[in-house]
Amino acid sequence: MSTDQNILVKLNDAGLQLNNKWLVKGVSLQVEKGKIVTLIGPNGSGKSTTAKIALGIYKKIDGSVEKYTHKVGYVPQKISIDWTLPLRVNDFMVLTESLNKETIDEALSLTGVIHLKDKNLGDLSGGEFQRVLLARAISKKPELLVLDEPVQGVDFTGEIALYELIKKISDELSCGILLISHDLHTVMTATDHVVCLNGHVCCSGSPMDVAKNNEYKALFGEQASQILSRYEHKHDHVHTDEGEIKKN
Amino acid sequence: MFDDFFIRALVAGVGVAFVTGPLGCFVIWRRLSYFGDTLAHSALLGVTLAFTMEFNIALSVFVISSLIALILIQLQKKTNLPGDALLGLLAHSSLAVGLVVIGFLTFIRFDIMGLLFGDILAVSVDDLLIIWIGGAFILLTLKFIWKPLFASTVNYELAEAEGLNPDRAKAIFTILMAAIIAISIKMVGLLLITGMLIIPAAMARNLSSSPQSMVIYSIIGGLLSVIIGLFTSLEFNTSSGPSIITAALLLFILSLFKIKQSIKLKN
Repeated sequence: MSTDQNILVKLNDAGLQLNNKWLVKGVSLQVEKGKIVTLIGPNGSGKSTTAKIALGIYKKIDGSVEKYTHKVGYVPQKISIDWTLPLRVNDFMVLTESLNKETIDEALSLTGVIHLKDKNLGDLSGGEFQRVLLARAISKKPELLVLDEPVQGVDFTGEIALYELIKKISDELSCGILLISHDLHTVMTATDHVVCLNGHVCCSGSPMDVAKNNEYKALFGEQASQILSRYEHKHDHVHTDEGEIKKN
Repeated sequence: MFDDFFIRALVAGVGVAFVTGPLGCFVIWRRLSYFGDTLAHSALLGVTLAFTMEFNIALSVFVISSLIALILIQLQKKTNLPGDALLGLLAHSSLAVGLVVIGFLTFIRFDIMGLLFGDILAVSVDDLLIIWIGGAFILLTLKFIWKPLFASTVNYELAEAEGLNPDRAKAIFTILMAAIIAISIKMVGLLLITGMLIIPAAMARNLSSSPQSMVIYSIIGGLLSVIIGLFTSLEFNTSSGPSIITAALLLFILSLFKIKQSIKLKN
């Protein structure tokens, strides 16, 4: 662990309860400058919720979250733009912060969508939109980037290029990244720290540590430790609404 | 120059249109048209209060509308009724209570038609001051909260995550809504204020490709509606509110031709 001043955001035993159901419980993690922390886990395991807790979107949480930066870039998992709102890519880029033309163009070029600058957001394909979302988040040169499945719907070669870009941004801007992804092949090779969620933290550590972890093997199957990039997600328990663990 | 009632009405209408243009865009974007209606209906209660207490009408409408907005927020927290039911409940009950109170005030002669549909004869020099100073204040405030308000209109969580404080912007916007209703009630009448907010903005959507251009077209649409509407009102002796809204509707219909063309081009 590095010194405290490198910490950008820290979750202490954080959790969120909605209508008496625990969405996620007892999560402790921290994101430091220049490091990539990846959240993995099955659908509904609380990955997005954890990211939103880290971002301070939820007000009534269990535990605590300490945020040491205001320069945040966020790529949400889902965003829908109503037809009534005419919004071009260019307008979307300056949504939360005013930027000059060069900065906008640079970010759009990096994610390969500069040619779409004057297009309406509603006319973009899923993958194109995802690239615009990523460009917007990195354009303001944030200290903390939170990326919730940033490459969903992006074509295969684009996916690899974008993950390389994310890694490059993390190094160049020395910004901390909290990444949510299902695509473990690429993620495991680039990430510094992995947190596996299933309503709570199953296990965490460096990708290698996690892969060697017996609990991880038990959870994810033997293959997972043999080939990091190809593992199957097998959880041996489910969570009841009261937050208790029930073995399958 | 302001001696002529028609000039006064024109200057007042132009002032109102400058403010309803941008606010109307947000009403459409944030799906607030029924919310605007509810505030406008409650304005009648504000008017009766102004008459009984011998208070300024715009100020008293502003206070009552803001109060109704607060009650609405509380009701949303306390009950499980859906939003539109709560809006209907508040809109019609405040209108009803306003009318009942008017019934009791037999010693004051009310021009109900003027209140409901606007009356250009009723615009005084004081009203002009309220409209232009109040309007300038509303526009400046809107400019100030534009970024957080617009960002949270696109995506609340994005705005919140990136530190823009969207809740504060929303609260301020609610107050601005009460304010625009207060200053435009004499001109358009309380039943049609929401039309003045929505119709020019809807027309603008058909013509524009960016939020800024939609705001500008919405202002232009509002100005044209006011000018055409007021001349019609003068010529045919019709109420000012319905005349303005009818003009706005005609402009909206014209704008549909533009959108048909662009859809054709796409295909």
